[in-house]
Amino acid sequence: MEALVASAVGIMTAAGIFLILRRRTFPVILGLSLLTYAVNVFLFATGRLALNAPAVLNKYEDVPYTDPLPQALVLTAIVISFGMTAVIVMISLSAYLSSRDDHIDMTAQDSVDAPGEDA
Amino acid sequence: MNHWIVAPVVLPAILAPFIIMVLRYHLDLQRIFSVAGVVVLLGIALTITAQAAGGDIQVYELGDWPAPFGIVLVLDRLSAMMVLLTALLALPIVLYAIASGWDDRGKHFHALFHFQLMGVCGAFLTGDAFNLFVFFEVLLIASYGLMTHGGGAVRLKAGVQYVAYNLLGSTLFLFALGTLYAVTGTLNMADMAVRVAELPADDTALLRVGAVLLLLVFCIKAAVLPLHFWLPASYANAPLPVAALFAIMTKVGAYSILRMYTLGFGPEVEATQGLVGAWLQPAALVTLAVGTIGILGAQHIARMVAFCAIASMGTLLIAISLFTETATTAALYYIYHSTLATALLFLVADLVMERRGGAIAPTRPMPQSGLISALFFVGAIALAGMPPLSGFVGKLLVLDAARDARDANAIWAVVLIGSFVTIVGLARAGSLIFWKSHDAQHNAEADQEGADEGDTVPAPEPQPGLAFTAVFTLVLGLVMLTLFAGPALQYASSTAQQLFTPEDYISAVLGGEE
Repeated sequence: MEALVASAVGIMTAAGIFLILRRRTFPVILGLSLLTYAVNVFLFATGRLALNAPAVLNKYEDVPYTDPLPQALVLTAIVISFGMTAVIVMISLSAYLSSRDDHIDMTAQDSVDAPGEDA
Repeated sequence: MNHWIVAPVVLPAILAPFIIMVLRYHLDLQRIFSVAGVVVLLGIALTITAQAAGGDIQVYELGDWPAPFGIVLVLDRLSAMMVLLTALLALPIVLYAIASGWDDRGKHFHALFHFQLMGVCGAFLTGDAFNLFVFFEVLLIASYGLMTHGGGAVRLKAGVQYVAYNLLGSTLFLFALGTLYAVTGTLNMADMAVRVAELPADDTALLRVGAVLLLLVFCIKAAVLPLHFWLPASYANAPLPVAALFAIMTKVGAYSILRMYTLGFGPEVEATQGLVGAWLQPAALVTLAVGTIGILGAQHIARMVAFCAIASMGTLLIAISLFTETATTAALYYIYHSTLATALLFLVADLVMERRGGAIAPTRPMPQSGLISALFFVGAIALAGMPPLSGFVGKLLVLDAARDARDANAIWAVVLIGSFVTIVGLARAGSLIFWKSHDAQHNAEADQEGADEGDTVPAPEPQPGLAFTAVFTLVLGLVMLTLFAGPALQYASSTAQQLFTPEDYISAVLGGEE
């Protein structure tokens, strides 16, 4: 179980970073999504892995339980990363539509003519 | 409980949706409410600063949940002075954005502006590490909108980079928080400080990993050197009044470093002793060096000011990385100075760009160049750290605090040579922009260029009077900071004192008294 979760986090992080280092926006966004999946699974694991255990305390008998806090954190993280993925898709779409170029790096020309100038 | 503490977060949180939902089509009303909101925020900030100045740390328990279980906001001298700085910075910038017509070049400027203020104030006030992450996200989400405000191909492209880089930073933040939670079992900063001190000495490897990951995140925000790549392109391509507001965002990183590494992983904690300072100090020195080289090499005024921001962050982090009381006093004074001075130069750069374009090269002359060049001169003096203004006092304090440090020679050399190179770079830019613009040949070119100026978004009729008032407000802020350096330093030194006695903070948060 531990090995499975650990390797899942590791592989997703590695794939995510590999994709982020590509030069086009689409692989970069895919890489960012993979990285957020990795971090979500990682956050789950920070509360220790427990199988088939509820996330509530039982005050009548001493049964195992999982830590509910990481689950709340993961929920927040999922919401934020989902929204952020939507935002970056929109911004990169409009960047692509306005410059007809989906390279993520700025060229030397871009840094010379700033927006709003008559170049 | 003192409800003033939550007001700097609640006010923009109510005002921003109100502006979006009710005043969507009424720019004039938006402007009135936005300015009024910032003025009220300033009043609140002054109130809580006055309350915090007495020295007792106040805690606001959200939902009345006691500290390690619920989220708390904590008001101490440091958070109060940072909220005050945010409000002081926001007022001239919102006035300038209105006067220059920037808020009319895209939609929802004022709403995003207030969401940004909400995130910044929340990050300064929160006493919970995960809540800090959430407020970071709030201010970042607003900043994505503000950064691409007004559109344009180059700005959107820079925006994609900025968003991608910060999403990466947020992911790293979550990894760091997860690691720290796995080790300590808590996310409340005060509680974490207690648990870190109780950890057995041979079981701290994960903790140190978490501490360094967290430092990396804050260094991304603070644009410390190997992680500074996002800043020049983003700031130079953002609308410049927005870039001026972003001057506070790098300070959020600096604040978080100061907060986390005096409280949880303080100088006395054995597990992380010397770890942060040892990494941060060389990075800060290189940041300052590269920032000044960037000032010297920039081809565009906005990029030049962006590198000024990096250089001043370098100086600030040198002071922070010493982690002594005198150095922190210097750093707190320098935070105020560098935020105001950077914002001032960004606004002056916008005045220049609106009139003649931003290239640092001789082009056509511009109207009001005398007044603008005087303002540029003031900003340059402040940023370079020349005598009459607060930059001089700030740098002197930093150098003085570094006198007993281990690498005092390196720090003195880098700061002094860096200041000199900054003066050269700013003087070069100033003389090329303001003095060499009366060339007859360029005048002829300018006439031709004037015709095709309308292909971008037509700028609304600007009101230069109000714009200059806003810029002069920032100048006034710098002058006041110099004139009242004594009281400011007194406050800063008592703040530093409070920071280096984290027991008070911990007992205030975990004390449990109603």
